[in-house]
Amino acid sequence: MATKISVSNAFKIFGDNPGAAVELLKSGASKNDIQEKTGQIVGVQNTSFEVKEGEIFVVMGLSGSGKSTLVRMINGLIPATDGKIMIEGSDIASCSRQQLRDIRRRKVAMVFQHFALLPHKTVADNVAFGLKIKGMGAAERRKKAEEALAQVGLESWADSYPDELSGGMQQRVGLARGIATEAEILLMDEPFSALDPLIRRDMQEELLELQRSLKKTIVFITHDLNEALILGDHIAIMKDGRFVQVGSAEEIVGQPADDYVAAFTADIDRSRVFTAGSVAAPAEAIDLRSGGARDAIERMQALGRDALYVTDGERIAGAVTYRDLTAAAREDDGAALKEALISDYPAASRTTQLFELYPLAQSGLPIALVSRRGRLEGVVSPEAVFAKLAGSEEEAA
Amino acid sequence: MASPADILTIPLDDWVNTVVRDWLVPNFRPAFRAMQWPITQVLQGLEWVLQTTPMLVFTVLLALVAWRTAGRGVAIFTLVSLAFIDMIGLWPQTMTTLAMIVTAVFFCTIIGVPVGILAASSDRFQSFIRPVLDIMQTIPSFVYLVPIVMLFGVGMVPGIIATIIFALPPIIRLTNLGIRNVRGDLIEAGHAFGATRWQMLVEIQFPLALRTVMAGLNQTLMLALSMAVIAALIGAGGLGLVVNTGLGRLDVGGATAGGVGIVIIAIILDRITQALGEKRAPGHVTLWSTIRGYFSRPAAEPAGEPERAG
Repeated sequence: MATKISVSNAFKIFGDNPGAAVELLKSGASKNDIQEKTGQIVGVQNTSFEVKEGEIFVVMGLSGSGKSTLVRMINGLIPATDGKIMIEGSDIASCSRQQLRDIRRRKVAMVFQHFALLPHKTVADNVAFGLKIKGMGAAERRKKAEEALAQVGLESWADSYPDELSGGMQQRVGLARGIATEAEILLMDEPFSALDPLIRRDMQEELLELQRSLKKTIVFITHDLNEALILGDHIAIMKDGRFVQVGSAEEIVGQPADDYVAAFTADIDRSRVFTAGSVAAPAEAIDLRSGGARDAIERMQALGRDALYVTDGERIAGAVTYRDLTAAAREDDGAALKEALISDYPAASRTTQLFELYPLAQSGLPIALVSRRGRLEGVVSPEAVFAKLAGSEEEAA
Repeated sequence: MASPADILTIPLDDWVNTVVRDWLVPNFRPAFRAMQWPITQVLQGLEWVLQTTPMLVFTVLLALVAWRTAGRGVAIFTLVSLAFIDMIGLWPQTMTTLAMIVTAVFFCTIIGVPVGILAASSDRFQSFIRPVLDIMQTIPSFVYLVPIVMLFGVGMVPGIIATIIFALPPIIRLTNLGIRNVRGDLIEAGHAFGATRWQMLVEIQFPLALRTVMAGLNQTLMLALSMAVIAALIGAGGLGLVVNTGLGRLDVGGATAGGVGIVIIAIILDRITQALGEKRAPGHVTLWSTIRGYFSRPAAEPAGEPERAG
C-alpha cells in the first residue's frame, strides 16, 4: 500500500537558537543537557516513521513526551526545525503558505482533545466548517455535513448547538468534521482523553467500526497504552521527544524494547493484546482414513496429551480424548475412533483474542484453531493461554 | 530655592500655539473641513428621520426593540419615560441629542472595530495604540475643544468629533481584548482546516469576540452620552444645550429637565445594548430560530418525500 505520511529525521526545538541545539542532539547530547547548556527546549528529536494508507498509527507517550508537538508537525501547525515531513509526496516543511493551506483543506483533517467546536455555530455548521473554508456552496455543504453526521449517529442533532451535547457527542461532531472534508489523513490528538472511561471505550469501538468502511490513514495520539493497543496497527512509544519503540501491539507487549516500555506494559490486560495464534501449538491430528484408535492412543502418548483432533481429509471431524479411546479400544479398532469422536469441540480462529478463549476452555478439550476454509491450523491448550498471560514466553512457544 | 526652571524654561504653551495656530490651522483647515462631510451626511439623515417620525410611532418602535432585546420591564420603562420626556417638552431636543449620539457611536464603531482588530493581530501596533488610547481617555475634553473649533468651526459636527475622540477608546480596547481572548484551540482548529486570515476573523475570531465588542459598544455609547453637555459648549444643540442654558441663567429647573432627559436616554440605550451583548452569547436560541421552529416541523413531513426524489 502507498505511503501516505513519511517523516524522516524530524526535529523540533523551542527556543531562539534551535540550529545549535539540533547540532548538539546529532552529536549525542541528551534533552536535559541541551536545556541546561543552551536553554533550548527539545520538543521532538530525530524522529522518523512512515504511515501507510488505511493504517492507524498510534503515538503513545506521557505528557511532555512531544507527542502533541509531533502530530502538529505533520500538518505544519508547528513547523519542524529540521528534517523532512512528506504528505503524499509534498514536503510540509518547505512548501509555501498557500500550498500548506491547500494540503490542510484537502488532505489532512484534525480532531482535537477538547473538541474545539465553534460554540456560535450549529452542529451541522461545525461539521461543514472545513467545507466552508474550502469554498463549497451552502446546499452541498449541508448535504455533506448531514452525511458525516449520519456516520457518527448524530443526524438528528444537526441544528443543535455544541453546548447542548454531551462530551462524547461533541467529540463525535469533531470526528464528523474531520470526516466531512474527505481528507484521507486524519490526525487525532488525544481525542478521547477528555471523556469518561465508559464513553471512551464506546468511542474506540466506534472509531474502529467507522475505520472499517472509511479506511482513512490515521495518526492517533494518546497517553493511554490500552487505547493504543486496541486501536493501533502500529504503535510508537515516545519519550523525551524520541520513539523508544515502534511495533505492533503484540511486539510492544511481548518484546518491550527497554525498561521504560516494560513498565508501561506491566499492567496491561494481555488477554486483549495477544491472539490465539500466538499461543497455538502445531496442528497435530490423526486422519480418520489412515489411522485407528490404537494409532491415536500412541500419538497421544508420544505427545504427552490427553486429547487429539481427528481430521477427515482437509476437514476437522472432531476430537477424541485419551480416556474415551482407551475404554473403546479394547473392542474393535477401526470403528472405535469414529465412535469416540466428540463433534462438539471448541473452535476459534488464529486472530481470536485470548480473553475470548476463556469460555471455550470450559469444555476441557484443547481449542482448535480453524481456518476460514475449515482446516485445522493449530491447537491451543488452556495451559498455553495461562502461560502467555503470565508473560513467560518459553512455555507459550 | 533653586529649581530647574532657573536653568531652562520650556514655553510649551507657545509651541503648541505656534503649531496649531500658525501651521495646522492655515495649512490643513480645508482637509479637516472635508473630513466633516461624511459625519454631516449621516447626522442630517438621522436627524431628519428622528425629527419627522411622530413621537408616538418612535416610542412604540423603541419599546418594541426594547421588548425583543431586553424584556418586558425595559419596554415598559421605555414607553413611560419617553412619554415623560414629551410631557416636559423636550422631545425635539432629545431627538437631536439622540441623532448626535448615534452618529458619534456609528463612527466610533466604524473606526474602533477595525483598529481593535488590527491591535489584536499585531503586538507592535497594540503597544503603539495603547498610550494613544490612554491619552484620549485622560486628557480633559476642554483641552481639545479649542483646536477643534479652530479646525472645524462650531456646530453639531465639531461637537460630534469631540464626542468621537472621547468615546472611541473602549470599543478599540474591548475589540482587541475580545479577539485576543478567543480560545487558542479554536484558532488552531481554524488553521488546521486551512482558514485564511480573513476566514479566521470572520468565521471564528469576530463572532466569538462579539460579546466583548458589544460591551465595548455599550461603554462607548455611555461615554458619548456623557459628552452631550460638553459638546453643546461648541455649538451642538439638543439636551446638552438645555443644560448649558439652564446653567448660564441659574435656571435650576431647566438644567434638571435637560439632565433627566439625558439620563433617560442613557438608561434605555444602556439596557438595550447590554441585552444585545448577552443575546449574542454563543449557542443560544435566537428569536429567529424560535419562530422558524414553529413552522418547520409540520412542514417538514410533506416536503420530505419530493425532496428525496429530486
